[in-house]
Amino acid sequence: MKLTLNIWRQESQSTTGAMKNYVIDNVSEDMSFLEMLDVLNEELIEKGEDPVAFDSDCREGICGMCGLVINGQAHGPEVTTTCQLHMRSFKDGDEITIEPWRAEAFPVLKDLCTNRESLDRIIQAGGYISANTGAAPDAHANLVPKDNADRAFMGAECIGCGACVAACPNASGMLFMGAKITHLGELPQGQPERDARVVSMVDQHDAEGFGGCTNLGECSRACPKGIPLNVISQMNRDLLRAKSHGK
Amino acid sequence: MTDTLSGTEADTKFYTQGEPIADAAAPGGPIEDRWPTRKFEAKLVNPANRRKLSVIIVGTGLAGASAAATMGEAGYHVKSFCYQDSPRRAHSIAAQGGINASKNYKGDGDSDFRLFYDTVKGGDYRSRESNVYRLAEVSKSIIDQCVAQGVPFAREYGGLLDNRSFGGVQVSRTFYARGQTGQQLLIGAYQALERQIAAGTVEMHTRHEMLELVMVEGKARGIIVRDMVTGEIETHMADTVVLASGGYGNVFYLSTNAMGCNVTATWRAHRKGAHFANPCYTQIHPTCIPVSGDHQSKLTLMSESLRNDGRIWVPKDEADCGKDPRDIPEPDRDYYLERIYPAFGNLVPRDIASRAAKNVCDEGRGVGPGGLGVYLDFADAIERLGEDSVRSKYGNLFDIYERITGENPYQVPMRIYPAVHYTMGGLWVDYDLQSSIPGLFVIGEANFSDHGANRLGASALMQGLADGYFVLPNTIRNYLADGPFDKIDENDPAVVEARESVENRIKHFLEINGTRTVDSYHKALGKIMWDKCGMERTAEGLTEAIGEIKDLKADFWQNVRVLGTADSLNQSLEKAGRVADLLELGELMCIDALHRNESCGGHFRAESVTEDGEALRDDENFAYVAAWEFGGDDGQPTLHKEDLNYEFIELKQRSYK
Repeated sequence: MKLTLNIWRQESQSTTGAMKNYVIDNVSEDMSFLEMLDVLNEELIEKGEDPVAFDSDCREGICGMCGLVINGQAHGPEVTTTCQLHMRSFKDGDEITIEPWRAEAFPVLKDLCTNRESLDRIIQAGGYISANTGAAPDAHANLVPKDNADRAFMGAECIGCGACVAACPNASGMLFMGAKITHLGELPQGQPERDARVVSMVDQHDAEGFGGCTNLGECSRACPKGIPLNVISQMNRDLLRAKSHGK
Repeated sequence: MTDTLSGTEADTKFYTQGEPIADAAAPGGPIEDRWPTRKFEAKLVNPANRRKLSVIIVGTGLAGASAAATMGEAGYHVKSFCYQDSPRRAHSIAAQGGINASKNYKGDGDSDFRLFYDTVKGGDYRSRESNVYRLAEVSKSIIDQCVAQGVPFAREYGGLLDNRSFGGVQVSRTFYARGQTGQQLLIGAYQALERQIAAGTVEMHTRHEMLELVMVEGKARGIIVRDMVTGEIETHMADTVVLASGGYGNVFYLSTNAMGCNVTATWRAHRKGAHFANPCYTQIHPTCIPVSGDHQSKLTLMSESLRNDGRIWVPKDEADCGKDPRDIPEPDRDYYLERIYPAFGNLVPRDIASRAAKNVCDEGRGVGPGGLGVYLDFADAIERLGEDSVRSKYGNLFDIYERITGENPYQVPMRIYPAVHYTMGGLWVDYDLQSSIPGLFVIGEANFSDHGANRLGASALMQGLADGYFVLPNTIRNYLADGPFDKIDENDPAVVEARESVENRIKHFLEINGTRTVDSYHKALGKIMWDKCGMERTAEGLTEAIGEIKDLKADFWQNVRVLGTADSLNQSLEKAGRVADLLELGELMCIDALHRNESCGGHFRAESVTEDGEALRDDENFAYVAAWEFGGDDGQPTLHKEDLNYEFIELKQRSYK
């Protein structure tokens, strides 16, 4: 198939960018979206033009490194990561607009690459269980009811790609944060730090310039791992609980 | 030392025979006492002195992140580096199946010794007994540690942890988190690391790539890195350097590795004197999604755990290969693993399953585009367990498959084909995980030590975390206890030389201004490696490959085109440096594969087979580790042999029949 691509080009964080138009031919439907961009880049290099910078690593939908806004949707028209989107989701003659994640907390580094260290800093604020190496009791010392284990797992599936932020009109990071709070808060091991964790993470989230949640649900619809909106309710409940404990 | 049968004229023209080496750090005595002995004898560092000692750790996968977190917790000053935008992205995250531990929670006769035995046997008797026993011994602590961190392993209704069985063994000792075990373990280590970053013990440098090792007076004392956003070349000094930079499967271009996985960190260390051990030992994983076309950028694994319930087959008759598999009746199917290996069936180790798939495809009985595929069929499992149960066990894997191929595996059998997955070779290390360069430690997939010639399923996660959480922190202190070390000035001639060599190399890439893209060279290298140093190797093919790689390398340095500038985010430039190193590595892999005139594990030499076509090991001549010393850009590598002595396990020809 033959496609027209409108791609955001930006030299660096300190320069302004603009959309640029490219035509690409002979795209096979078995290509992944990023392989289609690889082919474009090979053509650009051969023509002596600067290839389009974009992030990807595992290309199997798990590392969370890739992420493009495709025709206005985070990760494109399917519910998956950009690397797992395949060209069979498009048809000959389509015009495709490709932009980086758009959020104040994710500054653009070049073209389609953004800086998402703000997500790491939210984890630093409390997204862990303090268990120094070597100090752990036997793994069977704490039994975990399967329902809690399953819900913890659901929260733990988050890959930290930031699609929830890119999809949210408020650029809120609360689905990301709620997923972590749910993961750790469902487990007996996570209880001792539960109050401190939520307060500290929410403070960091706000300090990074992420917006608040207004329950639109765009985050959950864009999430390639299907994290449900109710992790945000769980986060809010935990926050209220922590405040009532005087944290 | 006298030359053994390995030194045929054909291969010795590519290398020089050197002095034998030995692992001087391993204690002797009863095998179960060795690790406690070493831990006791390794010198201690007083807590107050730890913060004066610094450690550089390159890579943030399971080994690197767990080591950085643990060293940080202990109070050392740690600097951690990764090329990704966050330590959580490291490719350990993609491991699907599980992690082994000898907990014996299933009461099916597991023990440290059995895990040790299975791993040595699975590695085709080419690993060190002491190292593997230690691995088995600490495996239980890993599970305890991860559970304490909140890693959500699969559980039963009673709240206990669940286990499953995996290829090459007959007990259920694999802990798992659906098909996302690597992700969950890495996030556990990542969170522990982020906690230390917040505590100020670890200084994190993301989007930084190590491009050179700095050696001062024969010791590893720092690294030169490039800030991949600004292009700035930075010098980082420390008292010791740890490489946790993963494997080199991307030398094949197509592999299940991430796009950015590369050999540069370990290769640069090799060029500075670290021996590279057993580079030809690569693992070809049997269950990957087949290649769909020339555009293919990477291959995707389907977890080996699928072989627990899926049955592998091809049509008995070549003429049936184009048919809809559902229309091929049972008697016309060849469940070839169950037929050839009745004791293990679909659960034979990876090397055996891969070669069997290659053989049936070579016979013309492969399915799918190009005839390079076999079926992995879940129809029986769905009938036996129900679709919901299969979905709950493997749902995410089935989704990945459908996403990539456009076919629904609940209805049509999956098509799979082997792909490069893991590299057992790596930098040579002693029992302390110290390389042949003092002060340079190597952990995880980047070292060579525990898997021999073939790695068993669910052992990579075990080794990465064993090294990072439990082994390295206990052995590196023996080195650090000799501190405080002299502070090295950034203007020291050795540091300046390293930094300038990096700057000159980058400048050179940008000045060549040739006609071919970096990727085109990478693809060409991958094709040579896959065709001639892949699942089946011959002396003739390997000799050709060495010549072809030399030519390709010469052409690369004349004709590669790298656009853009040095002082910006430049992905072509990043790739150029990696491919330049992979070209050199590829040549060494072929030399190693050529010299090892036996079949063992993932290394299959067509000249060394039993009467029924199975791999034939040659313990008399090849029961050693091949540790290669760099011989200069125009010279030959030197081979140092470390003999493998088996005191506790009897060497046997491996049989899974």
